[in-house]
Amino acid sequence: MPILQLREIVKHFGPTVALDGIDLDLHEGEVHALIGENGAGKSTLMNILHGAFRPDGGSMELGRMPYSPVDSLDARRCGISLIHQELMLAPHLSVAENILMGIENFRFGWFDKKALHKRARSVLENFDHPDIRPEATIGELSIAAQQVIEICRAVASNSRILLMDEPTSSLQRHDVERLFGLIRSLKADGASIIYISHFLEEIREIADNFTVLRDGKSVAHGKIGEVSDQFLVSHMVGRTVKNLFPKRTINEERETVLKVKDLSSPPALRSANLELRRGEILGIAGLMGSGRSDMVRAIFRLVDAASGTVTVRGNESQATCGTPASRISQGIGYLSEDRKREGLALSLSVADNITITRWSSCSRFGWLDLSKQRRRSEEMIAQVGIKAAGPAQPLKELSGGNQQKVAVARLIHQNAEVLLLDEPTRGIDIVSKAQVYEAIARCAAGGKAVLMISSYLPELFGMCDRLAVMSRGRLSRTRKISEWTPESVLQEAIGSN
Amino acid sequence: MDTHISTSAKTISGIMRTWITLLGPFLGLALVILAFSILTGSPEKYLSPFNIRVVLSQTVIVAVSAIGMTIIIISGGIDLSVGSTIALSSVVTALTVNAGFEPVVAVFAGIMAGAIVGLANGFVITGLRVVPFIATLGMLGVVRGVAKWLADQQPVNVSQTWINDLVVTFPNPPWLLLAPGVWIAIFLAVLMVVVLRNTIFGRRVFAIGSNEEAARACGIPTKRLRIWIYSLGGLFFGLSGVMQMSRLRQGDPTVAAGAELDIIAAVVIGGGSLSGGQGAILGTMIGAMIMAFLRNGCQQMGWPNYVQEIIIGAIIVAAVAVDQLRQRRT
Repeated sequence: MPILQLREIVKHFGPTVALDGIDLDLHEGEVHALIGENGAGKSTLMNILHGAFRPDGGSMELGRMPYSPVDSLDARRCGISLIHQELMLAPHLSVAENILMGIENFRFGWFDKKALHKRARSVLENFDHPDIRPEATIGELSIAAQQVIEICRAVASNSRILLMDEPTSSLQRHDVERLFGLIRSLKADGASIIYISHFLEEIREIADNFTVLRDGKSVAHGKIGEVSDQFLVSHMVGRTVKNLFPKRTINEERETVLKVKDLSSPPALRSANLELRRGEILGIAGLMGSGRSDMVRAIFRLVDAASGTVTVRGNESQATCGTPASRISQGIGYLSEDRKREGLALSLSVADNITITRWSSCSRFGWLDLSKQRRRSEEMIAQVGIKAAGPAQPLKELSGGNQQKVAVARLIHQNAEVLLLDEPTRGIDIVSKAQVYEAIARCAAGGKAVLMISSYLPELFGMCDRLAVMSRGRLSRTRKISEWTPESVLQEAIGSN
Repeated sequence: MDTHISTSAKTISGIMRTWITLLGPFLGLALVILAFSILTGSPEKYLSPFNIRVVLSQTVIVAVSAIGMTIIIISGGIDLSVGSTIALSSVVTALTVNAGFEPVVAVFAGIMAGAIVGLANGFVITGLRVVPFIATLGMLGVVRGVAKWLADQQPVNVSQTWINDLVVTFPNPPWLLLAPGVWIAIFLAVLMVVVLRNTIFGRRVFAIGSNEEAARACGIPTKRLRIWIYSLGGLFFGLSGVMQMSRLRQGDPTVAAGAELDIIAAVVIGGGSLSGGQGAILGTMIGAMIMAFLRNGCQQMGWPNYVQEIIIGAIIVAAVAVDQLRQRRT
């Protein structure tokens, strides 16, 4: 008998159907993977389960009783907690206050700090994290530690069902291992978990059963061990994705367009040397926080460098001077790893976001030619395969994958000679990924030089010609991709030099 | 949340939203006019060409400043020193006239006084990294003090020049129909609509307000742009000050205290968002007119000043609440 049973769940937003009949059974001690592209309805379903939205139709039963939470506190009382994709913590409060938020200890109306810390400590110890002090301020902790706090919060309220929405998207591999350890121990205690992820490897590692969502419907379910990746992917997209990575022909020995020498930006980046050639894709692997992002940000002058030189198409300059604007005028383009915070202006239109780095393509003497801007954007929308109502649509109405495609379209429109891409496919669905890979490969084939940072090794091995690894602020030698193996990359990344 | 929305539904809701955003302030204005036409019992008087002229020339000072404020608010900033800047500029204009300069020079000096305050605001905000709210709150005090100091703590009376005819109810020549100041405000409003929509500067103002870090990563010189924006705002505030001087026929260092409330309210009623990235000059103009018709209506009804203050305060909160409701639904 399942402890949570969903039947025919329907949810509309105005004229839009977000969920169109979802069935799901969750058993005690089960890890159930929810798979689907961005926009398939996973997050909407999570929001219904933890009480943020009310369903418009269908039934939910929790332990054979009808379940209809009025808000997320109510859901938490019923034993269902959501671990958000984006951390929902109060950065100025302490660890203990965050873990026990909403269920704090009070004595005669007074905040009982001692009891609060004691409870928080016991939760953290149960979780194998006695190293995190309950008094510490959240803002001081690493992202991985913050995620532990977020999970502790769910556990502290005695939740029997945990909803995890892409919990590993901001985690390092060893933190992922820890998270999986946690999930296994929760499972052993009889808790059930609904687990959303884009990574099929991860799902195979941790989940027992799966449900595939597509366009708001549950289209397939079963035991994860009994189906192939091909089966899952084809149900996710409704068709088969044959080649995720485009075929590329590599033209060696072309001229160097970007040369970085002895670049440093303490404390994160200690020393980086690299040469980027026309027509190639150079991959940068490394752990998060190893200094990879700081390297491209220093090249692009978004952070200050302490030393080094950057040579763009033969023009050498000190890495310590210049602005992003001057880098753009030298022909460098940058794609941020964080599209919401730094990459895109979400309240502006698709057209503004695409043309922002090269307004000269549709303006004269500071005046914009709006119809030209629209035409340019339409070309880009078609070229990168962006799903949007039109160039005038505000970006925030697009799905994450399509937003990312807009960021890529901007670089193509900018006509940059050197593309610095920081995690170009983070958090986007598999079809969008394939489109982004396609666009990147086309840039390289067109003679652009591409530098691509990624945490996802299959992507680096599938796309790159050469690869270097960043480890503790030092960039390794660049070698041909055929000279690397996933093991050797990992070894280099966590190396003890 | 990644809810899937079908493309056709998006277009329709998008068009609807644009219309609602535009229609909201218009409806509000119609409602205010309708209400007072009925309340005063004589719509022919409330809506007479005479009264409309009175209302429009009363609006001008708020409206011109509100154009500048709209740009600042779209860029994600705020300027609380606007009331003091208006006073300073009116004093500077009056003193320049009294010093025997041509009226043109006096007008220029008044406008420049505003721009200098804006420039100072821009430097404090970008250079010293003081948040705009605090930087301009401080400037509110500083500028008011400077105005009183320059004016020796009393109104500066001026002799009759053409400056005094800028916002008169009955313009000369009569074929102008409306005061020259009203025409100037209309011209500037149209100009800024075009600038915001059709120039790179305008799109950058929206970009910096929508996401400053993204704007920087796209090569927009965000600091320099902010200084420009505050200086441009200051130009408008300075012009308001000139008109204030014209209206009172003296440079009064204590004038326009609390005007920041009316001016910011006009922007917000018109659809501007205090978190930046949103705002429209046309909406702001309607917002300014809503308040002018309200004040005028209250005066005609013979209601005391405090009633106006309560009503206007309530309307500001209501306008923002309605905007929130609208955003939640879509």
